[in-house]
Amino acid sequence: MTGLDIARIKADFPILKREVNGARLVYLDSASSSQKPVQVLDAMEHCYRDSYANVHRGVYTIAEETTAAFEGGRAKVASLLHAGATDEIVFTKNATEAINLVAYSWARANLRESDVIVVTEMEHHANIVPWHILAAERGVELRFVPVNPGYELDLTNLEQLLDGARLLAFTAVSNVLGTINDVRTLVDAAHAAGALALVDAAQAVPHLEIDVAAWDADFVAWTGHKMLGPSGIGGLWARPEILDDMPPFLGGGEMIRDVTTTGFSTNDVPWKFEAGTPPIAEAIGLGAAVDYLQGLGLDAVRAHELALTTYALDALSERFGERLTVYGPSDLERRSGVISFTFEGIHAHDISQVVDEAGVCVRAGHHCAKPLMRVLGVPATTRASFYVYNDEADVDALVEALVRAEKFFGI
Amino acid sequence: MSGLEDLYREVILDHYRAPRNRGELPVPPAHKVEGFNPLCGDEVVLYLEVKGDTVSDLRTAGQGCSISQASTSMMSAAVKGKSVQEARQLIRAFKSLMSIHETQLEGGETDGSDAEELQGVRLGDLAALQGVVKFPVRIKCATLGWNTLQQGLDEATQSATPSGSGG
Repeated sequence: MTGLDIARIKADFPILKREVNGARLVYLDSASSSQKPVQVLDAMEHCYRDSYANVHRGVYTIAEETTAAFEGGRAKVASLLHAGATDEIVFTKNATEAINLVAYSWARANLRESDVIVVTEMEHHANIVPWHILAAERGVELRFVPVNPGYELDLTNLEQLLDGARLLAFTAVSNVLGTINDVRTLVDAAHAAGALALVDAAQAVPHLEIDVAAWDADFVAWTGHKMLGPSGIGGLWARPEILDDMPPFLGGGEMIRDVTTTGFSTNDVPWKFEAGTPPIAEAIGLGAAVDYLQGLGLDAVRAHELALTTYALDALSERFGERLTVYGPSDLERRSGVISFTFEGIHAHDISQVVDEAGVCVRAGHHCAKPLMRVLGVPATTRASFYVYNDEADVDALVEALVRAEKFFGI
Repeated sequence: MSGLEDLYREVILDHYRAPRNRGELPVPPAHKVEGFNPLCGDEVVLYLEVKGDTVSDLRTAGQGCSISQASTSMMSAAVKGKSVQEARQLIRAFKSLMSIHETQLEGGETDGSDAEELQGVRLGDLAALQGVVKFPVRIKCATLGWNTLQQGLDEATQSATPSGSGG
């Protein structure tokens, strides 16, 4: 149905060959964390087996090789995000740590009491709690852009909300609703109000063609494990002049130029923010993941997910009608491959448990977005999310498993 | 679906579909206590009325999965009208049931401490929940109502005056 050869892609993912509870593994939880292709596994194994040493320290051959491969991972991410330069990419543990880096370094150096930070009601806890912590510590005011009944941001009062704001921090794509926000419009509104803009791109980078320059954002947080890469590595892109001005967050080795008994001077960006031995094999694996995604083409990835989401929404609606409620924009062009739903009379946890019996992995719960769940008025939803290795047979397996769940609970 | 039928026994589904002691009590004299499972968003609200040494009335509210809501319903039926001491004994016994390892379940034997807690306590329908231990993630669902009860009893008995009128 699209340009991607899904059978060939599936063959690249060793885990998809296994069975769960006697059934074929149907993995529909990529918004939580994606599976890894053999290319990523091979790159990491090659690092540990053939050429492993610490980076930026040794002068011997394998240290040089490892450093080049590690920095090569950074260059690949820079190319994926269309960053102006490789050193605009700071490696962190994940998107959460990238947002915390901004909160602990930039925000604490620049924000004073009664300054305003604006976030949205559809944020992941990772883009709420660091600001709550800052608000409690510094007397900063936290405001929320509401979500409207169409599951999109209500921008009606955005200008008033941004009055006095120093930062607008928002997600590019909702991890619950799948809503794709208009990043450039929000960034422009922030800049017009004199605020900087932070984009949580954890759910965007794996699925959409991203251009940080076209977004005109100031900070972009992302993570490796949702984009076919390993866990333990993610990062922050920020405008170079901001990174230069930001004080270091974590202190230690690697981030210094000189240390004396009376003080220290910092290393250049990005290493200024990368204290201690970094996730070396992870950066190399991430580089392989970027190669894999670019090999498929992000436009083809998006087209595939759009087609599969359309197929799934039609199948769910046809089979279950009004007993199943989907939370997300009706305009499919404005939503990602994430389908959150509730089933009349069956709790999300129970659905997830029963469909697991058929090898189907879906997430159940609040998806680390409790303020949004309160807006939706539900304690939990079931979420199916798609990626490059999913096909219509996976959707059919989900629908069949849901039919069994319905029978099991006697609805 | 043999594994699933261990988890979702008929008596559990019955309590889920028709929860007992559902509702609210005026506060005071009742004591209100809330319990949350931060992992899944399950929520249990208990209204406890302790008169003298007795859990004279108890109502439950909140929302969540079949296991958390059925366990709370079964708990409410088991402790209503019982003495505070009996209720605490049931809490200990139920938590022991939840900590029994799967292999012990099949062998029918428990180790010393758990067996001690369970001895002489009639679990009745509650025993149906023992299948939950085969699904470790769900144990927290099953114990949510009981932990909330424990907290409520602690608070209600602490705030109670010697004459037994609730604070």
